[in-house]
Amino acid sequence: MSESRAHIHIDKLTMAYGDFVIQRDLSFDINRGDIFVIMGGSGCGKSTLLKHMLGLITPAKGDIAFNGQSFFSAPPARQDEMRQGWGITYQTGGMFSAMTLAENVTLPLQLYTDFNRDQIAEVVAYKLALVGLDGYQDYYPSEVSGGMRKRAALARAIALDPEILFFDEPSAGLDPISSRLLDELIQQLQESTGATVVMVTHELPSIYGIATNSVYLDAHTRTMIGYGDPKHLRDHSNEPVVRQFLTRGLGAAEDSTA
Amino acid sequence: MSSSTAQIQLDLDNDHGAKLHFAGDWVEGSATPEYLDFRPQLLASAPNTLVLSGEGLGEWDSIFMAFLLQLCNDCRERDISIDSAALPASAHRLLQVATTVKPHKPPEEDSPPLLATLNPVAMLKGVAEGTRDSLAFMGEVTVALGRLAVGKANTRFSDFLTFCYQAGPNAFAIISLTSVLVGMILAYLGAVQLQQFGAEIYVADLVVIGMLREMGALMTAIVMAGRTGAAYAAQLGTMQTNEEVDAISTMGISPVEFLVVPRMLALVAMMPLLTIYANILGIVGGGIVAGGMGITPLQYINAGEAAIDSAHIFVGMLKSFVFAVLIAVAGCRSGINSGRSSAAVGQAATEAVVTAVVYLIIADAAINILFQQLGI
Ligand SMILES: Nc1ncnc2c1ncn2[C@@H]1O[C@H](COP(=O)(O)OP(=O)(O)O)[C@@H](O)[C@H]1O
Ligand SMILES: [Mg+2]
Repeated sequence: MSESRAHIHIDKLTMAYGDFVIQRDLSFDINRGDIFVIMGGSGCGKSTLLKHMLGLITPAKGDIAFNGQSFFSAPPARQDEMRQGWGITYQTGGMFSAMTLAENVTLPLQLYTDFNRDQIAEVVAYKLALVGLDGYQDYYPSEVSGGMRKRAALARAIALDPEILFFDEPSAGLDPISSRLLDELIQQLQESTGATVVMVTHELPSIYGIATNSVYLDAHTRTMIGYGDPKHLRDHSNEPVVRQFLTRGLGAAEDSTA
Repeated sequence: MSSSTAQIQLDLDNDHGAKLHFAGDWVEGSATPEYLDFRPQLLASAPNTLVLSGEGLGEWDSIFMAFLLQLCNDCRERDISIDSAALPASAHRLLQVATTVKPHKPPEEDSPPLLATLNPVAMLKGVAEGTRDSLAFMGEVTVALGRLAVGKANTRFSDFLTFCYQAGPNAFAIISLTSVLVGMILAYLGAVQLQQFGAEIYVADLVVIGMLREMGALMTAIVMAGRTGAAYAAQLGTMQTNEEVDAISTMGISPVEFLVVPRMLALVAMMPLLTIYANILGIVGGGIVAGGMGITPLQYINAGEAAIDSAHIFVGMLKSFVFAVLIAVAGCRSGINSGRSSAAVGQAATEAVVTAVVYLIIADAAINILFQQLGI
């Protein structure tokens, strides 16, 4: 795979909170237009990796480059510019509870575009329509269901037509049907906008349904032990842990009986 | 890349069909046609089908999609079928995604006219309702206290101690400052009048009686309303927001027993102590001013001692007990009834302080009138 195609390049990254190393020596590429999944057991550092990619935490060692440009050695103004091309949803929602759904989506538009008020209202209606929430403009996050809140967060993430979308467990806590609809929505948005999607998830249906590439972080060895198309990893990974994860532990049972 | 202005053109054919051409760059910052300006033209031609064509279209972004979405929603309501296949492929897809779910129509609710909110009858009703709710809340608390007395309540002693610490020792600094200053203010207030009669020595009586009976309890209560009452409302409001209160209720624990009782008892236990402390410091503050007027400390202490009377102490302690209950009720009630957003928590804290201060002043006046009549 050539360097030039990589949209995000993770280079020998070591992540730590103080002296406590979470993961070390992570190196992989995320290509333009990928739906890239970061997977692994609870507490292995998936959210931490995402926060590093978002520049919220500085790496203990190594670097992350976007379009070949290092993020952490870029000047702050350049970092802000890079951030404007990102759309993010957080694991615990991150919707501003004191603002209506429309105000939540309006905020980035007000900050970063020259649209006038009417245009903003129109664009907000369009973004909410994309996630199936047109007409819910004046509802507060607490007044809609969990699935709707997740979709509203998605609408806010895509407000500025981002190049890269980061999702931390977008379908956690949703029923299987809502969760599938959300996956489909992510896939449709990816296909029609060509954005690169990076998401943390451990929902197997999402992983098999939409992921085009993935990395597996292991909590025990504190590094990545799988990288590639998840379907391929399931059938051909050398690591029993990865196969076990991708088959909900059934693979291991087969292994041990075999 | 040369930019060209965004344009639309509607062509009608003779078979009730119409074709809408989009041309130019539809991007943020360029002047794009408004859908509402175009709408009359579309309605006037009333086609059965509308074909969208993006042949001359340059660059486009969300503002183009926003136009298309309004167009599609309008056409759907009027049963005009839309064919968007001739748009750029990604615009066609985005439009399909955006129109899969019909816009939600929020239920109409009419807001009351502005004048109705100023209606004095309605306002009085609001106050009456608030008082009734507070009384009902006090009733619940009383029941919970009853259960506590017979050892059946889910109240944790460790919570009580934590709240005692927060409401007591943590408040020393602010209480010290305010009560010394209040003592000095009382002394100055009296000094100006008493000097005219050469009766400066009565400053001591004034400060002692003023602090013991009135200002010690009231000032402590007002500080505690802003400090602890607001904190109670914010704590409980946040717990309400995080669904913690729901979690407590569904565990079969009464939120009043678990959350309100320890807070109220802590305040009831601490307020009289703080009041005693405030009284002492207030009297010291008065002594400083008296010293400035030429009264020696010994004279001040002698005169002050003579003014101390068990009735004054009793009235002050009774007040501080009543005030503690009122502050705890106002704070906890606002918190428990708070809405579930960060703004609602702020509102609950404000409401807690305002209600508490109003209750304090009314209660103070009532107690004063009562004891005046009783001659205590
Ligand atoms: N702010 C923090 N300070 C210290 N340790 C943290 C912090 N956030 C997370 N951790 C620890 O880092 C590890 C990885 O956490 P996280 O990235 O949230 O895992 P997950 O893969 O479940 O998203 C966990 O052991 C967690 O306890
Ligand atoms: Mg996580």
